[in-house]
Amino acid sequence: MTLLAVENLTVSFPTSDGVVQANRGLSFSVDAGKTLGVVGESGSGKSVSALTMLGLNPGADITGSALFNGRDLLKMNQHELRAIRGAEIAMIFQDPLSSLHPHFRVGWQISEAIRAHSDVTKGEAMSQAVELLRLVNIPQPEQRVRAYPHEMSGGMRQRVMIAMALALKPKLLIADEPTTALDATVQAQLMELLMQMQREVGMAMIVITHDLGVIASIADEVLVMYAGRVAERADARTLYFTPHHPYTRGLLASVPSATGVTGSRLLPIVGAPPSLINVPSGCGFHPRCPFSMEMCIDEQPGLEAIPVGADHSSACWLPPEMTGIGIAVDTARQRYASTHRGARSQKLPGVVAAAESTAVYA
Amino acid sequence: MLDVVPTPTSAPAPDVLLRAEEIVKHFPIKEGIFFKHEVGSVKAVDGVTLEVRRGETLGLVGETGCGKSTLARCVMRLFPLTSGRLTFDGADLSTLSRSKMRPYRRGMQMIFQDPYGSLNSRRRVGSIIGDPLAIHHMADGAERKRKVQGLMEVVGLNPEHYNRFPAEFSGGQRQRIGVARALALNPKLIVCDEPVSALDVSIQAQILNLLEDLQSEFGLTYLFIAHNLAVVQHVSDRVAVMYLGKVVEVADVKDLYATPRHPYTNALLSASVVADPDKARSRDRIILSGDVPSPINPPSGCRFHTRCPKAQALCSTEEPKLKSATGDAASHLTACHFPVADGEKLASDKATILQAVEGFLAEAPT
Repeated sequence: MTLLAVENLTVSFPTSDGVVQANRGLSFSVDAGKTLGVVGESGSGKSVSALTMLGLNPGADITGSALFNGRDLLKMNQHELRAIRGAEIAMIFQDPLSSLHPHFRVGWQISEAIRAHSDVTKGEAMSQAVELLRLVNIPQPEQRVRAYPHEMSGGMRQRVMIAMALALKPKLLIADEPTTALDATVQAQLMELLMQMQREVGMAMIVITHDLGVIASIADEVLVMYAGRVAERADARTLYFTPHHPYTRGLLASVPSATGVTGSRLLPIVGAPPSLINVPSGCGFHPRCPFSMEMCIDEQPGLEAIPVGADHSSACWLPPEMTGIGIAVDTARQRYASTHRGARSQKLPGVVAAAESTAVYA
Repeated sequence: MLDVVPTPTSAPAPDVLLRAEEIVKHFPIKEGIFFKHEVGSVKAVDGVTLEVRRGETLGLVGETGCGKSTLARCVMRLFPLTSGRLTFDGADLSTLSRSKMRPYRRGMQMIFQDPYGSLNSRRRVGSIIGDPLAIHHMADGAERKRKVQGLMEVVGLNPEHYNRFPAEFSGGQRQRIGVARALALNPKLIVCDEPVSALDVSIQAQILNLLEDLQSEFGLTYLFIAHNLAVVQHVSDRVAVMYLGKVVEVADVKDLYATPRHPYTNALLSASVVADPDKARSRDRIILSGDVPSPINPPSGCRFHTRCPKAQALCSTEEPKLKSATGDAASHLTACHFPVADGEKLASDKATILQAVEGFLAEAPT
């Protein structure tokens, strides 16, 4: 059952330097009880889409729709949104330092969320807060509810954020880089907690991260974002083992010890992510792509279904059957691309770099 | 006076570039308004012995607060040592004064984590990279500019951007500026303190490849600090694991990742995420309970005993020494009374978390 369906979302921010096009036509859906992983580099518009759905982007120009249980979140007024935020859709923000109020004790902050949505006394809400802290594995929760955020370490604050998000057993949990600031062992604890919580209460999750490892262990379906659009969407295994989009393939090859690294050398993507004020024409990835063709500069590819995988789609002009990682596929991709190149695409940085490292791209 | 190169005072084994023996760094905690008195100390690094061999990359991993950055700064002598002995390229640096230290600084340079905080935003890139040359009177005027532009080219920056400000560069390019600055004096050792953790995934790979190329081109030695185990595995020849100011295990990278002996190393490796859905899901993570204890009052005996799934009475009373476990290579040292054997499964914490979730759901009103 589809819990959240986002259709053609565009978000832009007018600034003095120009219009920042943070999301340029984003569509995805999340089923109840499932986990959607959203990966992309900084500035790809991952967090903006989540904030927009919760009405937390004042000043943005928004078009499109986001149906949650059949109701459009983007058309709700603040009053209606307030009833949904926290209770039905909860969010874990990236930065635990600035997301907690420094003036109030953590127990008060957790119980405030509970009291805002359910009819309980202060005392009951506080005892629930203690239980929540116990759940997220904070030692001596009875004492710790009385602590201020500054008395806790970064990991503990992030756990308080998670406790707050889980307090009302939401139907959808949006976690924006939930474990980025944390150490490996703490990260493992919290991911395990989120997954078990999901299994028990049937909560859906959107996990936004740049860490392909986190996505690999937690997500059912993965959305790869680039320059405010979806580059590729597939279930986790398909995405990791037979990606279609050159950007996904590039991301996987830049991670040490990921699948498909040939030899010991990493294959970085040339250049840097584009500014969302001046998004490249056509396919946003074309300046960095090793397989750029003439049409990539002019026309933006749509998110097309890949016939091989049932739920696999990719926004790339390369033929759909060219999926996978490895020299054989890259050779095929390069051979196909070179027959569709012209004077302009020959000079693109990605294509030039690929031509120089002939051993890799064959 | 700067061109006087002091003669080596002792001669360690020829392949060792840097030797740290029982390095201790305690930061005092002071109280009082008029008369400050010491009430305790943060034992950030508490007796670390390490060797960095010429031409190798030694990876240093551990969680936040385990003292890896403090150790790096001690090795660079940016902090005075509380005690211990530091030998660099045959010379004893442990007690040298600032001015006596200066000639040695040419041999050791550092790359910092934050490419935004580590460059002065009001100075031009050329003068930032040229700073070490100016401070050590290595080059002036046109020669300095020529050298700086050469360095910029080496690290993959456009030499024409000599007069730009750091704000005009992206994060990855700024990190390249940091690398160029570290290379300026032709150092023997470069300490990289989390050089890629602030960068995007695709940019990380660019910097890692650059560091690798520079190492083979200039014969550099790296002390590479990171908390990402996959990155450390990729770049290192040997790896040292730190926990609460101590080295708990040190080994060749292959040995460490194949047969980790210390329970903490096991937990750390099992907790690290891998970008492979099959491996990530099939793996049984050893989940440690609780947090890292405070370095102000570290636990007695083995510092890991409070969280260790294998801890016994001995662990809380006697501190284990770094030694080679039975059957291991001589280079594989572990500080553990009960090292993990091949194929041994450590208890995982999955059940405890499930219990907590069920307990919570039973109590909470629906």
